Amino acid sequence: MVSLTVNGERKEFSGDEEMPLLWYLRDFAGAKGVKFGCGIAQCGACTVHLNGEAVRSCVTPVSAVNGAEITTIEGLADGDDLHPVQQAWIEEDVSQCGYCQAGQIMAVSALLKDNPNPSDDDIDRSLTNICRCGTYYRLRKAIHTAAAKLRENA
Amino acid sequence: MDGARLSTSRRDFIRYAASAGALIIAAPACSRGDREKEASTAEAAIASGPPVDVTPMIAITPDDRILLAFPNPEMGQGVDTALPMLVAEELGADFDKVETSQLPLALMPDGEGGFTWRYVPQGSGGSYSIVGHWEGLRQAGAIARDLLVRAASAQLEVPADELTVANSVVTHAASNQSLTFGALAGAAAELEPLEEAPPLKPREEFSIIGTARKMKNARAIVTGEAVYGIDAEMPGMVHAVMARCPYFDGTANSVDDAAARAVPGVIDVVKIDRPPLGEPYTVQAEGYAVIAENTWAAIKGRDALKIDWDHGPYSDETSANFRAHCEELLTREGQIVRNDGDFAAAWENAASTHEAYYWQPYVSHAPLEPQNCVAHVREDGVDIIGPMQFPSGPNRLISNVLDRDRMTINVTPTRLGGGFGRRLSSDYALEAALVSDAVKRPVKLLWTREDDMRHDFFRPAGMHHMRAAFDADGNMTAWTHRLASASKYYRRPNMPDTDLWTSELYPDDFPAYLVENYRLEYFPATSGAPRGSWRAPSHTANAFVVNSFLDEIARTRGENALKLRLRILGEPRELTYANHGGPTFNPGRLAGVLRLAAEKGGYGEAMPEGQGRGIAAHFTFGGYVAHVVDVEVNSSGDLKVLRIVGAVDVGTVVNPNGIAAQHEGGVIDGLSTALRLAINVTGGRVTTGNFDEYQIMRIAEAPHDIETHIIDNGEPPAGMGEMGLPPLAPALTNAIFDATGKRVRDLPLADQLRS
Ligand code: FES
Ligand code: FES
Repeated sequence: MVSLTVNGERKEFSGDEEMPLLWYLRDFAGAKGVKFGCGIAQCGACTVHLNGEAVRSCVTPVSAVNGAEITTIEGLADGDDLHPVQQAWIEEDVSQCGYCQAGQIMAVSALLKDNPNPSDDDIDRSLTNICRCGTYYRLRKAIHTAAAKLRENA
Repeated sequence: MDGARLSTSRRDFIRYAASAGALIIAAPACSRGDREKEASTAEAAIASGPPVDVTPMIAITPDDRILLAFPNPEMGQGVDTALPMLVAEELGADFDKVETSQLPLALMPDGEGGFTWRYVPQGSGGSYSIVGHWEGLRQAGAIARDLLVRAASAQLEVPADELTVANSVVTHAASNQSLTFGALAGAAAELEPLEEAPPLKPREEFSIIGTARKMKNARAIVTGEAVYGIDAEMPGMVHAVMARCPYFDGTANSVDDAAARAVPGVIDVVKIDRPPLGEPYTVQAEGYAVIAENTWAAIKGRDALKIDWDHGPYSDETSANFRAHCEELLTREGQIVRNDGDFAAAWENAASTHEAYYWQPYVSHAPLEPQNCVAHVREDGVDIIGPMQFPSGPNRLISNVLDRDRMTINVTPTRLGGGFGRRLSSDYALEAALVSDAVKRPVKLLWTREDDMRHDFFRPAGMHHMRAAFDADGNMTAWTHRLASASKYYRRPNMPDTDLWTSELYPDDFPAYLVENYRLEYFPATSGAPRGSWRAPSHTANAFVVNSFLDEIARTRGENALKLRLRILGEPRELTYANHGGPTFNPGRLAGVLRLAAEKGGYGEAMPEGQGRGIAAHFTFGGYVAHVVDVEVNSSGDLKVLRIVGAVDVGTVVNPNGIAAQHEGGVIDGLSTALRLAINVTGGRVTTGNFDEYQIMRIAEAPHDIETHIIDNGEPPAGMGEMGLPPLAPALTNAIFDATGKRVRDLPLADQLRS
């Protein structure tokens, strides 16, 4: 039996503990904003926060999250108030198909917590999520916009 | 696109009032539609329930909400914003308050034993959405506006021609009175449309078309609420994952499914037979589906299957011997598919000649959302929900294979996590239906990434042989393009082998009509790899080849590569262009984007040591795009793309922000593919399986500087989904040559600079 918190809600799971957190979140916890792209930690579409840190949920077994707090894209906003990274994504009009963007936003929001003013090199080193639509030009702008918003709010 | 043209007749519009006083216009119907049937369809729809059941394209509610449906599936190309802009422009709506949603597939019998669109054509492909809906959706908006204006005229007791419409408000300036759309919707719904379709706005009066608009449904994406195929559900649904024969055209000899059935959560294992090759389309692999209570159990069960595969007829095929096969074909005489003048004589009499070979590998679409589909095959109907570019495809296919009436097959396209041409094929939807039919339950079929990459319809690979001749005055007198490739049209029903070239060489492409002696020659190569349409299909290969060759010629001649192109293109004029994107090609417009890109990108200026600048341009599906690319290559052969400047002429601009987004994405796609992407074939199967080997570009490699310069010349609009891609690869390799003196004739670049 694994107990965990998903977006502030307490959950228990008594199924296969080898199950990747990705499939638990999508099939059992109703968090379908978490996306499947590769299953081998390559694309980042499945990125969630595990106790505040960005992890790739497709390679994180449920057995590893007992007692953990998980935040998915569905839990990032504060009610109707979007997280500054989400706001920046809308302002810079980043998304095309949008499929990668939940993972990108989760990765970037974790990055900005550790590094509130990342340089382009910092971004290049730490953000390895794939966007098949190639939205990187706006995505980079949106990261800087979000960082500026977060610094203003701080 | 298999659609009828939109009609301008008012009789072809379906319109009715909902009980709550809303104005609802379903859509303009097709001209081939049978009016009696339409009327009864509309009546049946009204009788059957709330307005949402008839999927209106325009709905105006009493509380002033404006709901516009976009008919073509959204896969990132921006139709969820651009198509509603067309309606909203003529309607006079406040676009910021407009809400947009996806229209489900709507077909109806055409009265002749076939089927036609119930409202408008629905399908995303060929960069055709804007072109195909440019007239019809504006007309739909104009008809709704006319009803609202006449309702206001009656209510305010003023002549209709004294009323103006803007921002969802009808105003009578003289009497200083105004009414909102919401207040007028109920009365407007009581009126009959005019006999004549209301006139459309002249271009000078556009206030929405041509203005930069952000994506309408961005909030749903950034909050994770957007529903993709993979997120769709049906009550009682189970999950399926399949093991498909990895060998081209191979089959299954036997299966041991004991371990799979022992996985907790696994419900069943069923064999899915391979339909005959070429029926109903090129190929669908044979395999076994594991049905389970959840996705993970299905994946685990699939991986536990022990299957003995027959290796099929192509078990000797490898990437290397396919290439050698293409090279060998080029030593023979092929099929001459265009022959202007006398190439041989011109070659014989030339003052100088040029020759080069270029190679393009197979590449995969790899949309980030792998293939998936939810299907429920019921006794009396079929429900399909999934990511698809042409929702009529699954409808037709499932009807053929399961022998069901097309009108009983409901298809709901979701938002797509990328398309790139992959979801023009409906194989995954048919598979889902076959699995559901086997287990008699709603099923969500999921492909893993490896399934997706190994069972793709790849962009055709091929070897190109180019020759050109010049006379003593420096005029280009002859040009020939010889191509040996695996045609994507193989196994097309009723297509003779002599037509296989038609998907690989477009006979009116540059420099057709611009050089006297012009010859195209094709060699169909044999390969077991399935092929299909990959974003900007053959234009990606041919733009690379033609633009690289022009650069090589210019370098050899000691001539500026831009000037050589402009010299060949000559004066603006309309030339015949019979392929998609025609009916004409204007070399002056291609020269226009070349000049603009060259000016903005500083083409011809001296570059610092280790840096280079390249130029290329191509006409793709009615749009003209040129690129200037700057690169830096260090002494160990590391490449950095510094800057990409694009000039775009796609005629009348609908959403300049959308054009920029598609251009930015297109150049990244072009770059990512040229740098590293190729599918490897060994032993008659695709070995490349995931993003560890198939390295799509990440942000670290993406250029920081991408500029989009748009020429809006008022020509009829073209789309923008594909045009941004073709010139990028040759502009890149031409820049690499400029920096290093190394000519890249084989794609991908991979580590060719690290010698
Ligand atoms: S699905 Fe987890 S990294 Fe790709
Ligand atoms: S927006 Fe489509 S994958 Fe990133």
